[in-house]
Amino acid sequence: MQPALTDAELVARCREGDDDCWRELVDRYSRYVYAISVQAFRLGEQDADDVFQEVFARAYEHLDRLRDDTALRPWLAQLTRRLCIDTLRSGSREQPAGDSVEPDGVDDLIEQLDEALTVHEALRKLPGHCAEILDRFFARDESYRTIGTALELPSGTVASRISRCLTRLRGELEGEGRNPAAAQSGGWR
Amino acid sequence: MTTRDEERIAALLGLLKPAPEAWVKAAQELPLASRTLDDIVDKARADIEFRRALIADLEAALASEGYEPDAQMLDAVRRRLDSE
Repeated sequence: MQPALTDAELVARCREGDDDCWRELVDRYSRYVYAISVQAFRLGEQDADDVFQEVFARAYEHLDRLRDDTALRPWLAQLTRRLCIDTLRSGSREQPAGDSVEPDGVDDLIEQLDEALTVHEALRKLPGHCAEILDRFFARDESYRTIGTALELPSGTVASRISRCLTRLRGELEGEGRNPAAAQSGGWR
Repeated sequence: MTTRDEERIAALLGLLKPAPEAWVKAAQELPLASRTLDDIVDKARADIEFRRALIADLEAALASEGYEPDAQMLDAVRRRLDSE
């Protein structure tokens, strides 16, 4: 498996005009930006779409202004947050000046999304079949039946694979994934 | 290192739902859109007739040159022409 580029490497290559790396950057952070606008700021679909496109347009345009290439995640979070606030402000003309338009709990939720992104990054290090089944079940909310049909597996096998892959992901997060013997013990057949 | 049990890991996986595919694709195509925009603006600078056609009917002028502009591209071209 090709090791994934770090954020700093990705940013550097985007600056050099590597379109594939830009696609990878968008892919890596699309869920995060989407979750901030929809879950933390509870934007409707149209506003969330506008924020999403604006975040990546500004990121693309101002990538050279990022002072620390390793700080891509907080930079995108801040950009998304600012644009969500602007959107909420423009939609609530009667808001008294100085009042916060931020919903309660935004900081806590963004903190959780940061942690979720770390888990998601670990997911990318698992074999593709594990990443796919866990993503389908937990992030895409697909049923055993839907997954079974898509992957041509009986529902019972889907359930046991999800369980094994989750254990494997936990191992990856705890550092066991660096040990090939531990990875083998995941029992994937 | 943070220790997370499997229930917590599952909950965290569930927080990051995929963004709509069309949104992701549009964002991924930004470099191409940016180059297309630069081409159009360069051409408008060099060719006064093309510039006039763009001002008269932006969408038709772009279509006649083989571009397939979406709403975002049309807005971007308008903004660039206005700022020129």
